Amino acid sequence: MALAFKSTGTRQLKNSLAKWLITLGGISVLFTLVLIFMYLLYVIKPVFDSATVEQTSHIALSSEGRTLSTGVDELKEVAYEINTRGEIVFYRLTDKNNHELGSQISSQHLISDDAEITHIVDSGIHYKLLVDSDNNNLVIAPKFQAVYTADTREIMARIDYPLGEESLEIDENNEQLKKVAFAMNSEKVVFVAKTTDGRLIKTSLLAEDDFDYDPAFEAIYQEIDFYSKKVDEILITPDLSLAFVQSGNTVSVFDLTDEDVVTLKAEIKPKTNITSMALLSGSSSVLIGDDKGNISQWFEVASDSGRDFQKIRSFNNASGESVAKIYTEQFRKSFYTVSSSGAADIFYTTSEAQLWNGKIAETAPQAFAISPRADAIVTVSNNELKIFTVHNEHPEVTWSALWNEVWYEGYAEPDYIWQSTSGTDDFEAKFSLVPISFGTLKAAFYAMLFAVPIALTAAIYTAYFMTPGLRKKVKPTIELMEALPTVILGFLAGLWLAPIIEIYLPAIFLMVIFLPLSTLIAAFAWYKLPKDIKLKIPETLAPVILIPVILISVYCAFALSPILETHMFGGDVRQYITNELGINFDQRNALVVGIAMGFAVIPTIFTMAEDAIFSVPRHLTSGSLALGATQWQTLIKVVLLTASPGIFSALMMGLGRAVGETMIVLMATGNTPILDWSIFQGMRTLAANIAVEMPESEVGSSHYRILFLAAFVLFVFTFVVNTLAEFVRQRLRDKYSSL
Amino acid sequence: MMKNSNKEQQNMNKWFSSGSPWIWLSAGGVSISLISVLGLLWLIASKGLSYFWPADIYEFKSINDQGIHGTVIGEIYDREFIPASQLAHTDIKLAPGEETVERLLVKTGNRELVSLDFRWLLVPEIQTTTKPEDVVVIERRTNGNFYGYIESVILDGTVVDISKLPELLERVDNFQEEIDTLQNSYIGAINYKIERTRLKERKYKLDNELTDELVKELNTEVADLEAEYQVLEAELMGLRKQVARDQIVVRAMDGQKVTINFEHILKVTYNNRLNFIDKFLTFLQQISAFLVDDPREANTEGGVFPAIFGTVLMVLLMTVIVSPFGVIAAIYLHEYAGKNAFTKLLRIAVINLAGVPSIVYGVFGLGFFVYMVGGSLDQLFYPETLPSPTFGTPGVMWSAITLAILTLPVVIVSTEEGLSRIPSAMRHGSLALGATKAETLWRIILPIASPAIMTGIILAIARAAGEVAPLMLVGVVKMAPNLPLDGNFPFLHLDRKFMHLGFHIYDVGFQSPNVEAARPLVYATALLLVTIIVGLNMTAVSVRNKLREKYRMLEH
Repeated sequence: MALAFKSTGTRQLKNSLAKWLITLGGISVLFTLVLIFMYLLYVIKPVFDSATVEQTSHIALSSEGRTLSTGVDELKEVAYEINTRGEIVFYRLTDKNNHELGSQISSQHLISDDAEITHIVDSGIHYKLLVDSDNNNLVIAPKFQAVYTADTREIMARIDYPLGEESLEIDENNEQLKKVAFAMNSEKVVFVAKTTDGRLIKTSLLAEDDFDYDPAFEAIYQEIDFYSKKVDEILITPDLSLAFVQSGNTVSVFDLTDEDVVTLKAEIKPKTNITSMALLSGSSSVLIGDDKGNISQWFEVASDSGRDFQKIRSFNNASGESVAKIYTEQFRKSFYTVSSSGAADIFYTTSEAQLWNGKIAETAPQAFAISPRADAIVTVSNNELKIFTVHNEHPEVTWSALWNEVWYEGYAEPDYIWQSTSGTDDFEAKFSLVPISFGTLKAAFYAMLFAVPIALTAAIYTAYFMTPGLRKKVKPTIELMEALPTVILGFLAGLWLAPIIEIYLPAIFLMVIFLPLSTLIAAFAWYKLPKDIKLKIPETLAPVILIPVILISVYCAFALSPILETHMFGGDVRQYITNELGINFDQRNALVVGIAMGFAVIPTIFTMAEDAIFSVPRHLTSGSLALGATQWQTLIKVVLLTASPGIFSALMMGLGRAVGETMIVLMATGNTPILDWSIFQGMRTLAANIAVEMPESEVGSSHYRILFLAAFVLFVFTFVVNTLAEFVRQRLRDKYSSL
Repeated sequence: MMKNSNKEQQNMNKWFSSGSPWIWLSAGGVSISLISVLGLLWLIASKGLSYFWPADIYEFKSINDQGIHGTVIGEIYDREFIPASQLAHTDIKLAPGEETVERLLVKTGNRELVSLDFRWLLVPEIQTTTKPEDVVVIERRTNGNFYGYIESVILDGTVVDISKLPELLERVDNFQEEIDTLQNSYIGAINYKIERTRLKERKYKLDNELTDELVKELNTEVADLEAEYQVLEAELMGLRKQVARDQIVVRAMDGQKVTINFEHILKVTYNNRLNFIDKFLTFLQQISAFLVDDPREANTEGGVFPAIFGTVLMVLLMTVIVSPFGVIAAIYLHEYAGKNAFTKLLRIAVINLAGVPSIVYGVFGLGFFVYMVGGSLDQLFYPETLPSPTFGTPGVMWSAITLAILTLPVVIVSTEEGLSRIPSAMRHGSLALGATKAETLWRIILPIASPAIMTGIILAIARAAGEVAPLMLVGVVKMAPNLPLDGNFPFLHLDRKFMHLGFHIYDVGFQSPNVEAARPLVYATALLLVTIIVGLNMTAVSVRNKLREKYRMLEH
């Protein structure tokens, strides 16, 4: 008894254990789906986060003299300041390795003791031009180097003099410079300056070898013909091609590329009171700030009247105060504006996003610098150096930049463009999901256009007219198509079908006419046949009878194609389409994709639609037929009407499949992201785009996250479509069971 | 007459109103579907099989529009008709009224002599076409096929009779085999061991357990292995020298004489001397070589063995993961779940798992499994190899898991269908006899449903074997240096990347520099993949049909 009881206990235990385990297994399916959804969201979310700026530390400066310039190393461990006395002082920003936070590492005098620095001009984040009261000009580059010992890492600082330690003669006449700007690369330096005697000069230093290791150069002096005596601000693009000279409320643009003469290229008149000006990364855009807190972006646009500078977009700072200064990032299109009350704003031009605003000081800071990785800013005001950590990883992405037209640099007008990578560093990434979403819908549309008529007619016939014996053979054969790997369909489409379509293009359009026509002729011929033959070959064999008919008409279409081509299209349809109709013709186009993906979709639609029609209760059709309706009338008025929700869900499932299909589109199109409905052009779809670009995208970058967003869009789209289809199907099933 | 035509008209109307034309049109849909399925299979089969069939080698003597004579030796690869107007710029004389011109695509091989190993020949330009018996096809390890006439065979510097050729070829084959084993098995194993010793040392160092003694021990281990390596290396060099002893001199189509070393030769055949039976035997040989050989020349020649192996291994791993989960979920849905909103939600989840585009699984697999889970595993268990990742990079395990999620609904749906066909009387009987629900499941339901489960698993395998898009993100590569399963401990290397038949098709067909040359191989690979998948599907369908018959009998 006791034994039996015990065994019942273990049995019960096993039973409930099994129950729990199986329930867990069942729930895990739902869990998986939710996990995919959540994970995709988790990766995407940072893209839409706005920037944050937090002060992490501050140090009291120990030097005397007013700070003119500041900077920080790449790892944010060392900051420096350069003051009016010509001193550069390096400070520690960490308390690692038993150092004190804010302690001085080293300091160095850059000019003679009795002189005073009047201004410091930056070129990029590396080079600084110091101009002192004795008219000495010096270009320096503060450099940082990580030194590794047994288990520590120290950042060592030093000063490089890429143009030598001697004062540079920027003006031929050796006048004091009132305003100066410079830009340099390893082969050339260009200065544009306003001298105290009112001349605007340009001086180029050409490296004898390379400024990275040899400061020797040859100087070329030029004077610029400029009508205005007043110069407020000068900027030179990093590629040394243009100079922007602000004089009052006009900005004159000079072309610097010619070593003989400097010509006025354009004038920008923003019709506001210009208070500040800066160049955006990538040397094509200039930003102009005014006294009402408005910042506008200008770049050269090709228009009917030639190339000229146009106002592209404008931003307003949050405080509405005058824009005292604009600071731009080195590699991205982000910029910071500071007002006289110390309020700062961060913007990104391409996405037209205001990323952050807040107060960083009581007044406009004396010196301001963005760290090399753009993950921090350093400000100096009132002998206090403040470090702010900036989290601004994905400024280029906003919802509107993804889905609306964006005016990119160098383009004539706003446009939808997907171009994620390029060879150069200062490339403006173009992340518009519109062309690839459009491509997805286009591919799906053409696939459905091809698949729906064939799949539905096949489903109707198989479910309603076919004899059970034939149906048993036909249905699995068509369903076999679903098993064919899409990579094979894509391969055949790209390498076999596309060349055939290119050569026999007229044949494809002839077939659209020939196939239904030959079918009708065959049907009529059968109708006209004598009764006794009709009995031997019943109408139920129609699909079999039609196979040779269709093959013959396909053959005729192909045989007629070259003749048609010669007589109607001048021998070459491709050229005819390109030249006469003015439509671009890609070999791998929407027609090829439509046919290939249509094949992939046919079995999906066929199977479900056939099931829906087949399971229409017999008594409904019997009733209709008994009342004298013909087979066809019964089908249209009773069967299809009853099965229409099922057919609808079949179409939805087919659409879902077409939208998400990757390999066929990848292989059968040129994968160019264009916005064009033309059947003779290719497209790039969301899925193919992911397959092409995902392996090359850097983990955690904006590009990577946007590809996840593309996957998420696909996920949500198919989720909606499938859920809708399933919902409709469930309703239908309930309806049938009640009938 | 009038009456007659009226009658005709009526007849027509009657025909139309009967709906018969529309019925025929819908029958046309069935016919088109059937034609396209069967046509597609036939296309793949014929193109794929013709890759293995030894082709005739032709010698074309032609004269072009500038009057220059030329000889082309090669296989006819393709033929097409082009409109004559496209040739208007040439001086080709055509028969009047001829609107199209036939041209042949000839594979001429001999890649070291001509830049393109394919060329188009216009049929009107061809003067004579012959099939010389002495033409040979030389299959080589590099540079593709060579077509030409054998001039002489050189054995260790002296010319010998051509009849020696088979003997010399066999000798080289034996040596090559030895070299392959030496290189792949022995030398590979030593390199692997040296690498592992180095990693062991780093691990000790990271754990602060590295003592001088250990260093010494590990160093001697490495020194021993290196000594062993030196020996094998010397042996290998010796073999290489042996292999490179003999040469043959061949005359190409333009009269140039080329010396080919035996070390590059795989096979020499006189295609035009073969009769049907010989050709058939060669055909079978080619097929088996395709299945068991390694690829050559950036996958465009040779066999696909690593791709077959990779596909099979990945699919097996996937099966191990997906089967229990799929079956359990199906059992829950059919046997345990109540009729409530949650069950509805679960069903919607299953439908959606089946409908989510496969590339989304790839993206999820890459982000979640590879970078998140894999990255964490590396931090925990493989700190010694960092920063080069072990599991934090695409590999065969992540591919198997990703595809397991993808095929989960296939197993669930099929298993559930099987469960629903089991008459409830069987359940009731078991329960009435005092069995618990778990026991009923285990002893009664599962055994009866096992064919349905098998069907589901087979369908899942078929689906997984053909899926490429997600694998491109989570583990498939163009060329894997090592198989994921080998003789080195722990034998099954789940972190390794692998080759896959489907990806092979995409890669060779679209990414290789000489697509024209690679295309027949792609057809052959496609045929192999289709055969596997269609075979699996047919098996699944027949299992399912048998099962249905069985239950029909049970019900009555």
